[in-house]
Amino acid sequence: MVRTKKILSGFYNTIKPSLIAVAFGLLAGLIIMLIFNPGEAFQALFTLLIGGFNGGLTGIGNMLYQAAPIILTGLAVAFAFKTGLFNIGASGQMMMGAYVAIHIGVRMELPGGLHWIVAMILGMLAGGIWGLIPGLLKAISNVNEVIVSIMMNYIAGHWLIYLIRTNVFNGSYSRSLNILPSAQLPMLTSIFPGSTANIGILIAIGVAIIAHIIVHKTTLGYQLRASGFSMDGSKYAGMNTKANIITAMTISGLFAGLAGALAYLVVGKTIGTAFNIFPEGFDGISVALLGLGEPLGALFAGLFLSNIRMGGFYMQIYGFVPQIIDMIIAVIIYITAVSIALQAALRIYGDRFKAWFKNRKLKEDV
Amino acid sequence: MDILYQLVQNTYVSMTVLLVVALGGLLAERSGVTNIALEGIMILGAFIGVWAIQGLEVFPYSPLTKIVIMIVSLSFSAVLAWGLSLFTKRLFKKETYDIFKKTLTRKRAMFFISIIITVVLATLFFVWLVNTKVHIQLILIMGMMIGGLVGGLYAMIHAHASIYMKANQIISATALNLFAPAFAIFTARFIQQGQQVPFRSTFLIQEVPILSQIPILGNLLFTRVYLSFFIGLALLVIISIILFKTKFGLRLRACGENPHAADSLGINIYRLRFIAVTLSGVFAGMGGVIFVVTTSTEFNVTVAGFGFLAIAVLIFGNWRPSRIVLAALFFGFMRTIGSSYSIIPFLRDLGLPREFYNMIPYIATIVILAFFSKNSRAPKALGQVYDQGKR
Repeated sequence: MVRTKKILSGFYNTIKPSLIAVAFGLLAGLIIMLIFNPGEAFQALFTLLIGGFNGGLTGIGNMLYQAAPIILTGLAVAFAFKTGLFNIGASGQMMMGAYVAIHIGVRMELPGGLHWIVAMILGMLAGGIWGLIPGLLKAISNVNEVIVSIMMNYIAGHWLIYLIRTNVFNGSYSRSLNILPSAQLPMLTSIFPGSTANIGILIAIGVAIIAHIIVHKTTLGYQLRASGFSMDGSKYAGMNTKANIITAMTISGLFAGLAGALAYLVVGKTIGTAFNIFPEGFDGISVALLGLGEPLGALFAGLFLSNIRMGGFYMQIYGFVPQIIDMIIAVIIYITAVSIALQAALRIYGDRFKAWFKNRKLKEDV
Repeated sequence: MDILYQLVQNTYVSMTVLLVVALGGLLAERSGVTNIALEGIMILGAFIGVWAIQGLEVFPYSPLTKIVIMIVSLSFSAVLAWGLSLFTKRLFKKETYDIFKKTLTRKRAMFFISIIITVVLATLFFVWLVNTKVHIQLILIMGMMIGGLVGGLYAMIHAHASIYMKANQIISATALNLFAPAFAIFTARFIQQGQQVPFRSTFLIQEVPILSQIPILGNLLFTRVYLSFFIGLALLVIISIILFKTKFGLRLRACGENPHAADSLGINIYRLRFIAVTLSGVFAGMGGVIFVVTTSTEFNVTVAGFGFLAIAVLIFGNWRPSRIVLAALFFGFMRTIGSSYSIIPFLRDLGLPREFYNMIPYIATIVILAFFSKNSRAPKALGQVYDQGKR
């Protein structure tokens, strides 16, 4: 009993900064909404919080479908974070994964059960290769991985257009062709009727658990975390830090590539040929930061983000632009960043308040 | 020859933006704070700055535009008065202020005089600007000032988090990057119909009088350019002087190399870094306005990744102003090739698809960084949170 209590309080202490940050973020969102439309701000906030549940089972299904890629890009960023790397290029890796998955889905003909697995795994590998490049450059010639992965995003964006136009082009709509039905991920329409929910969310949960095990229970994860804490220290301890950097970036890329495959292995989901960098990669950064850089944290943060994004969609009936979600998330991330100082400040003021309260009581007693 | 001139003139457009923003990044990074929020700051600066430009184009100014003009004249005269006070400090001996000795200290006297000068100047500027239709290049300068002001204020948020609250510099910058475009879209859609902020004037100077007559140089530097190009070059000179010839610059560099040593010699690291990051925001905001004004006819919530490119320019330029200008020139040229390959006969005949030319600047960045990063000299304390209590 004592032990469970201890674990629970430890858990509470871990997620406390996130909770504070979310509270502040929602408060900021409420203030913005009150400024622009005071009449319906509270209803809008309520809609926002309920999110996907506004649409019943269909809404939940759509929310889960959207959550899978965000969780995976979040995992990608979080995994790199553990090694002290900032993978801002999850978007590019995801784009490559999505393209390869679509290419396999359109051009190859395989039996039903096998097709989507092949497409998914090859998409994942494509993302891994795209993530390997910044890792290699960082390890070999110490190039700042942030800059390289941003550049890789832009290269992926332009190259994707070229690949689609030459290989899987649907000229009449200027977008990619539809994938074959056999390449579609198994759907969960029986549970969530009318939605696009598929087993992607289950895969994402599975990958989150695997990532957690890799990071916390294996030698590889230990080495990666050691490199993240101190490059020099882990080098001195005899670890191959360069190999660790490459491994971390590749695994990170694999996750992001899988995100692309899961998002686009659905019949009717296509990529247009206008230059566009997938926003899910940047959502991944938010998710990883909100999840405190932990794989399991990213899982819950991804669900939360996907939910309030759906909320933003439903909130439009009150005349609010969905971009308010991004503002709320930005505030949440900012507060997470300053949470250490903020918590200290809250503690100090809390203690002062308690002391003041105590003194007042004493005076009253006297 | 005409093609060459055209390419060079196009190169200046991207180069100016990259140069100005990279100089801002230089200030922040030399003081030891990474600022990948430059992109977001550019977007916000461009949003408000272009909006101000849009307002300044309509002559009988609306009340909101008058407020903008007031802010511009106030901030301009404040900077002027501050510069004047620095100048007079050297001009007069300490004894000159003995008149005030009984009632005021020297510092306070300086402060009051500055404030009086500011208010008088600001009133004069305001009265002059409000009653005349301002010249088109002046509109550009005023827009840039507004962008810079907004950028500086916005960068203070990052500075506060990463310096005083000891936050991870990349995380707080990411928050800023996320907030700016969302805020721009949200506000623009609420106030007007779409998210775009268009403006009507063209700020291109066809020919600079007299100077454009110089044989080759006239064509290369003084025809079909924007005023911002010259402003960018002026800022380059100013920043080089500030960084390497003044007390402030020496302290700034010391702060980025070894903050503990600098602190032990009595420099206020926190304040210095705060000023540096704020200045970087000012530069980025100005860069955002320059980007929109020179490459488009409307603000459409993007600066095409120039904030990130500027950081690449900064790294490629090895944290030195003289190399940064070359790096910016190189990137500008690569971008020009990518966007206007069709006017170069040799490239047009290659027959490569359009997307490959678009990829050139980014691939070139990566390749060059791969070759030059090995012996790059980043400021030693870059990216580290400064904590006095730490060893």
